[in-house]
This record gives sequence, structure tokens and C-alpha cells, in this order.
Amino acid sequence: MGETTATLERPGARRLGAIRPGLDPLGSVFAALIGLSLLTLPLMTARPNRIAAGESLMAWSALPPGRVLALGVVLGLAAPLLVLRIGPRLRVVAAGGALVILCLAAGWAADHLTLPGDRYGRVSPDAGWWLGFATAALALGDGLARLSPGPGIRIALLAGSAVLSGLALRSGFWDHLSILREYASRSDTFGREVRTHAGLALSSVAAAAAVAIPASILARPVPAARTALLSILNGVQTIPSMALFGMLIAPLGWIGRTVPGAADLGIAGIGAAPAFVALFAYALLPVAAATVAGLDAVPEPVRDAARGVGMTGRQCLLQVELPLARPAILTGIRIVLVQNIGLAVIAGLVGGGGLGVFVFQGISQNAGDLVLLGALPTVAMAGAAAILLDAVIDLGRGPERRR
Amino acid sequence: MIDLAHVSRSFGARTVVDDVSLRVEAGAILTVVGTSGSGKTTLLRMINRLVEPSAGTVRIAGRDVRSVPPHLLRQGIGYAIQGHGLFPHRTVAENVGVVPRLLGWDRRRIAARVDELLGLFRLDPALYRDRLPAALSGGEQQRIGVARALAAEPPILLMDEPFGALDPIIRGRAREDLLAIQRRFGTTIVLVTHDMDEALRLGDRVAVMDAGRLVQEASPAALIGAPASAFVGALLGGGDRAFQLMSLRVVDDLVEPGAAPGTPIPAGTSVRAALAESLWSRRAALPVSRDGVILGRVTRAALEAQGAGP
Repeated sequence: MGETTATLERPGARRLGAIRPGLDPLGSVFAALIGLSLLTLPLMTARPNRIAAGESLMAWSALPPGRVLALGVVLGLAAPLLVLRIGPRLRVVAAGGALVILCLAAGWAADHLTLPGDRYGRVSPDAGWWLGFATAALALGDGLARLSPGPGIRIALLAGSAVLSGLALRSGFWDHLSILREYASRSDTFGREVRTHAGLALSSVAAAAAVAIPASILARPVPAARTALLSILNGVQTIPSMALFGMLIAPLGWIGRTVPGAADLGIAGIGAAPAFVALFAYALLPVAAATVAGLDAVPEPVRDAARGVGMTGRQCLLQVELPLARPAILTGIRIVLVQNIGLAVIAGLVGGGGLGVFVFQGISQNAGDLVLLGALPTVAMAGAAAILLDAVIDLGRGPERRR
Repeated sequence: MIDLAHVSRSFGARTVVDDVSLRVEAGAILTVVGTSGSGKTTLLRMINRLVEPSAGTVRIAGRDVRSVPPHLLRQGIGYAIQGHGLFPHRTVAENVGVVPRLLGWDRRRIAARVDELLGLFRLDPALYRDRLPAALSGGEQQRIGVARALAAEPPILLMDEPFGALDPIIRGRAREDLLAIQRRFGTTIVLVTHDMDEALRLGDRVAVMDAGRLVQEASPAALIGAPASAFVGALLGGGDRAFQLMSLRVVDDLVEPGAAPGTPIPAGTSVRAALAESLWSRRAALPVSRDGVILGRVTRAALEAQGAGP
């Protein structure tokens, strides 16, 4: 009897957007955090200038009354919806709504709290806004994960949100926010540093893949070579990044001075060269380990069959072993790309450029918003790279195996 | 067709195959049977050079296999293994067509050959062509594995425990398929198994291996009749010899004129099955028919006589 009921209920329960009885545990946590963040923590901080102490303002003092109402209504609808057991689409709408209204609120508060003509005042999000924003973003991610969209849709969603955020930032709506004031005074160098940052991360990963994948393929079948390769790379991985920079200054400086043409390529003790070498070195082990693991996972009967049907060693590698190891290798590359986008911040320390420039300037000037100007784009880049490569890995698996 | 002359193989100090000489006639099935570790798989793999002999020579059609580059040699020899070894990232059609593609056949010819083979193994090409191995049952994977081995119509087929992973009913059908296809193409087959019943049923000749040595090579009936050693006797299972002999023979030669009661058994039934039917239905004689025509009868006494030792 119970089974019959369950079967009968299924079509209705599966319909997206339908509300079933009961509470959603994860959604309840999200809703509680959103409520707490807005009701007990300050939404914004207003400071008379960049480095002065600020005044923390609760949502109702940071926004004009009409906007407070709008924020209250949207979050008051979204949070209870997240608590209920709703379909994933409705969940995405609720979380997305909360995210959008928080972004709007930040802009409204910045306009509201900035006196006309004031160019020194700084308005920035405070703990309540950040907690609410992070929670809403997690809830949105959770809703999207429950929808389990295919890789094509995930790439489209990523591209769509990148374009939308770009347009929104250009619209000038948030220009009174402190982080965009920091941007305004550095808009000439910002684009260049983003490109340097992305270039450092991508080129170091590409170089590491170009070295580590062939090296692993060659070394894997030979036990001694395989052990040597992995232990050397393991050793490299244990060197702290600051120490590695220190160790690179002397040899790279020497190369820059003595090898003809090296200095023209930008090779010197400090600058982009040591940053690139460090990022490259840190990327080697994950790529090599993933390649070795991926090739090890090729079943022995499959390898035997490949040889048995008359494939040469090269054909076996290219047609059987590498295609089967590809998801593992791509997963390794995804890990190092995300890792290196984050790690490339340290290039700012040795004059290598990148978004780390803003982070370390901000730290030395005690200007938190400048740190954020370097940190937030780094986080966004790393997240986008993770989503993009995950989707690519799924695409490579083909539709039948994904199920 | 296949000649092995004093072939040995050692891995380090361990001799896995020890001075084996064997000959497989063209179009015949040789089954190689032995316990695990007897060297039977290594012996098989030396024929297509997946393992190189430490000593001795392997000749195919009179030609030393070492005179051909290994990958070219293997493209001309079908190879099917236990657990099928299908390429998991390739579709059924790509798996079956792998050797023709290596041989450089054009696409249309490969597609036609793939469809023909799938049909031969009773798999609807339209339904199975684009599936991945993971979406097939064990029996289907096994058939695809054999179809792949036969794709380029090799004169020789090497099989290593090809039916090991199948349940008894599907295994029986797979064996019948193999015999039908072997008759159709006249393929010379060397099949390795640890199952003596399988070796006796499929082989024209049976080679018994023990600890790397060839203990006996004989026809199934001769093997049952005169096991060369206690080991062969033990592999045969001792007590069942009479029945093993009976399952090798069919009733056709025992038919005598006369009538018998009850449902007829078809010609081609094994003596063992006929005797079982005679005992079960309490009939001293059974009518034998071919295509619905009664040929005569076979008596229980005649059936029983087939179980007698030489």
C-alpha cells in the first residue's frame, strides 16, 4: 500500500516548483543566516575618508525607508521559501532574488550615505551584507546544483552572469561604493593587472602541463623513474612560496645578466620571471600525479586487448590510454589552474604584477577596500575557471557516461 | 597451421612454459586446459607475441612469427580475452571495427562488416551499434569481444577464458555460437580454459598443461579413454569418465530399425542426454527423428555400451 502511494505521489512531487510538506534542512540554515545577518549585524560602514574609523550602520539606518521596505519584502519572501521543500527552480529564483536585492541595497546605501559632491567619503559593505551575500550565493549554488544542469547550460550560465555583472558594473550604479572608488583611481592599471594575472596563471599551467604530461607518460612504466619524478615534484611542493622566490633571485638574476637576450625576455631576479617559475613549479606535481593516476587506472585487460588487436605502443597511448585518462588529467589541470589563479597574487610581492599588486598595496596602506579590489576579481576568476573546466570535463565524458 | 617447436618461457628464475611442442591443424580447434599457473595463458600469448619465447620457435603457416613486426602479426590474428577487454570509451561499432580501421579499410566497408558481425551474434545493429560497452550485459559484452576478434576475418583466433565470466546458460549459448561461426569461417582456434568439460566439448584436440609442461595432447575421446597421467585423470574428475565420453558422442550411429514408444529425440542428441531421457521416461528404447521423420530407434543397452572404457 505504502509503495503504491509513493508511486502515485511521484509525478506531482517531481514537478518543479511544487511545494511539499516539511522543512528543507540546508535551506533552513541559509534562511536563518540571511535573517540573522540582516537583523543583528550592520549592513554598511560609512567613513569620512579612506583610512578613518568608520561607523557601522544597520540596514534600517543605511537605507532610505522605501528601500528598507523593498529589501525587507524581498528577503522576507525569499528566506521562508528557502526553508520550505520547494522545487529547485523556485529555489534558484528565491536565492537569486535575495542576491540581487542585496546588490541593489549596496548601491542604494552608497548613494544614500554619500553627501552630494563628497569625493572622500567611503561607504562599504559591512559584516551583515557580506554574510547575507555569501549565504544567498551559497543558496543559489545549492539550487543550481539541485537542478543539475548539463555542461553546456553551465557554461552559458557562467557567460551570462559574467556579461550581466560587467554591464551592471559599467552602469555606474555602484560608483559610490568604496571598492569602485578605489577602482576609479586605478582604472588605468586595473585591466593590465587582470591580464597579467590571468596570463601568469594560464601560461604557468600550460607550461606545467606541457612538461608534466609527457614526463609522466615516459616515466610511469619505469618504476625507478616514476618514483624519482613524483618525489622530486613532491619536494618542490613543500618549498614555501616566499622561500622559493628568495632561492630564485640569484639564479634568475644570473641568467638575466649573462645569457644573451634573456634580459630582453624579462628574465631577472625579480619581476614576472620568478613568479612564473614558482607558479610553474607548483603546478607540476598535481598535473604529473593526475596523469600517472589516470594512466594507472586504465584497466589491464583493456591495455592487453589494445596490444592484442595489433595497436602499436603509440596507437595504444593515443587511442586508448590517453582518452581514458583524460578526465583525470583534466581534473588535475583544473585543480592547478584554480590553485595558480589564487597563488598568482604573490607575484605582486616580487614585482611580477597581477592583482596581488592591489592586495599588497592595500595591506601596506591599511586600505581594506583596495585589498578587496585585488582579492574579489581573483576569487571570481578562480570560480569561473573551476566552473568552466568542470563543464569541459563533463563534455568530454560524452552524454551516455554522464548519466 | 600453427607450429610450436620446443617453446619455453622463463620470467627470471621461474620457468612458466617448459619445452612445449604442439601442432594445430588448419580449421581445427585446440583447447588448452590446465590449472591456474600451468602456463596455458603464456603459451597462448606466445603465438601472437604478446609474450616472446625464451627458447624455441613459433611458426604460423610455416613462417616464423618473429619475422613479422608484432603489431602487424597481431592484426592478422583474432584475440579475445576473459572480461572481454572492450575499450570503454568506444562504442560497440568502434570496438568491433578497431582492427579493420588499423588495417586501413574504408569507412563504408568497416560499417558493413560491423553490421554483418553484429547480426551474426544476434545483436540488432541499429540497436547496439552506438552503445558503449558499459550499457551492455555480460553476455553481450562477451559476444562483442569475439565479434571484434573476428572483424578482419583472421585465419586464426586466440581465446583466453572467453566464457569465464558468463553464467552457465549464456555460456552454453556462447559456445554454440562459437562453434557455428568456426564452421562458417573455417577459423583455426586456440582456446585456453581451466574447465575440462569446456575443453572436451569445444576441442577437436585437447592439450593438458601442468606446471609449464605439456602433459598430454589428444582427441577428447582418447584423452578420456587413456589419461596420460594421474594429473590428467584428476582434471577429468575421475568418476565421470563414462558420462564425459557419452556427452562427446551422438546417437546417430546407434540408430537401429524398429519402433519405440513416446516422443522421439532429434538426431544429433548426445548419448548422455539420450540415456538420461531413457532413464527419466522409463523407456528401454527411444525413437529418433530428423526433421520430423522417424529414422528408427536407439536402445538403452546401445547407449550404455558407449560409456565403456577401451
